[in-house]
Amino acid sequence: MTISLSSYPPQQIAALEAAYNAAISRKRLRFAVGLVVFVALLIVAGFGAEVAPKTFVEKIGNFVGYFDRILNLDTGKRVWTDPAEWFWGWQKWLKLLAETLLLSYVGTTIGALGAFGLNFFAAANLSPHPALRFVVRRSLEFCRTVPSIVFALIFVIAFGLGPMAGVLAIAIHSIGALGKLYSEQAENIDMKPLEGVRSTGASWMSAVRFAVLPQVMPGFASYTLLRFEINVREASVMGFVGAGGIGQELVVAVRKFFYSDVSAILLMIIVTVFIIDICTGWLRGRLFGSEQRS
Amino acid sequence: MTPAARDPKELALQYPDLFRGSHTARMKALAVGLAAIALFFFGCWYLEFSIDRLVTGFKQLGWFITLMIPPDPGTSFPTYLVAMGETLSIAFLGTLLAAVLALPVSLLAARNIIPSVFLRFPVRRFLDSIRGVDTLIWALVWINVVGLGPFAGVLAIATSDFGAFGKLFSEAIEGADRKQVEGIRAAGGSKLQEIRFGLMPQVLPVLAGQVLYFIESNTRSATIIGIVGAGGIGLQLAEQIRVLEWQKVSTLILMILAAVAVIDLISSRLRFAIIGRAGEARH
Repeated sequence: MTISLSSYPPQQIAALEAAYNAAISRKRLRFAVGLVVFVALLIVAGFGAEVAPKTFVEKIGNFVGYFDRILNLDTGKRVWTDPAEWFWGWQKWLKLLAETLLLSYVGTTIGALGAFGLNFFAAANLSPHPALRFVVRRSLEFCRTVPSIVFALIFVIAFGLGPMAGVLAIAIHSIGALGKLYSEQAENIDMKPLEGVRSTGASWMSAVRFAVLPQVMPGFASYTLLRFEINVREASVMGFVGAGGIGQELVVAVRKFFYSDVSAILLMIIVTVFIIDICTGWLRGRLFGSEQRS
Repeated sequence: MTPAARDPKELALQYPDLFRGSHTARMKALAVGLAAIALFFFGCWYLEFSIDRLVTGFKQLGWFITLMIPPDPGTSFPTYLVAMGETLSIAFLGTLLAAVLALPVSLLAARNIIPSVFLRFPVRRFLDSIRGVDTLIWALVWINVVGLGPFAGVLAIATSDFGAFGKLFSEAIEGADRKQVEGIRAAGGSKLQEIRFGLMPQVLPVLAGQVLYFIESNTRSATIIGIVGAGGIGLQLAEQIRVLEWQKVSTLILMILAAVAVIDLISSRLRFAIIGRAGEARH
């Protein structure tokens, strides 16, 4: 079966093609310029980050080899053949994991309370004064942008080594992150209940309490649970700088080449993160129905 | 007759179930709240909080802050600029590498590409476990492989983002419209052509937006991986904090804030240009 397609006369096609080319030439030019800039950036960044493809190819075997080694016991056997030997320090590690979880819990709670106290002043529709709003916003931005481990480094010197520095570091970072999310939530509320409460002569406090809180609480709780998940991960590395939790053990194991300990601790961290993710996911589902999960 | 006009007690007698329900729910909420508060105080006790340490700590902190003002890099400003460039390079390259590697894997984790649970499940768990490990830990591992320096940082960022991108990309792919894909199939396209011409044009703008967003957040991560020796400004920062050079510390923190703000601005502009207002609202 032959297919015959009717076509336009050649001159009409030429005209159409010219129009098409004219229409997309600008787009093509923009794409080309973007590509050139992108490649240039890539090359500059490659030099900046001392990318060494040769070292990488030579050493990539080490990466696989490293995982091979951390899955071997000192005796040369695979770790899973002797779980008792592999997890020889499980009591100590479990305790440190519990400390990590508590650290993130207390840090998240303080962070959530702080963010709760501040966010209404940062929300455009609720803030009593623009100057106050500006100050609160900038300080939240500062808390959010400085990574929590930098706070931890400084706090370890101010408060001494130990989990307290880690808690405060996580708390400060959470205030910044949650404060922003909370205030965005508060900016999206329906203003009618607020006007209703205001019109009865209520103070700012009671207006927030009775008109705003009922609208924003589910969102706040959801964001706080998400933050808790993130903070568990962050708390696992607080020990790198001496701010408590399991990180200390991990960094010692990596630096001193206690290979099987590395895999044991990593596995315990991963499993804990899984469990926390599942629990908070379940909790979110129970509290707000499945559509909130995103 | 409206319910509001009636006596609450009478209503409670008439609909006992409704009232008892809210009562038990209240007790439950109260119990959960109390447990949460108890756990909080237990945590404070267990983590060795004390008013004493807090007070002395905050005093010290106040002292440090007075020492930080005014920020002064001394003679090391050029070094810091180079370190900042290194940090930005690490963030940029790490994110791109992760995105390039994650794209094919995310196809394997997407329900509409791989209907088989048995194939999808291990891929998802694999991505999850990569995501469960913090960037700093990956940096430690990569330092063992390629040595100290920014290259280890690039690989660390790439690894931890690989997990995150795999998940986000596969969700974006699952959210794509079936119609285009079916159209390609109806025209006789192969499975690969379905993905290339039916799926990719839909999801690429979304993915590009996510990559830009990550470059922004990775600028923050890249500032800290230097703490374990994986290059960038974090190394300088950790060192200056340890030797208590507070004026340099404040300079470095200001530089980080400025860099993050600039990247933020650029990437949100680009994101806006690529996906427009509708995409912007997704974040």
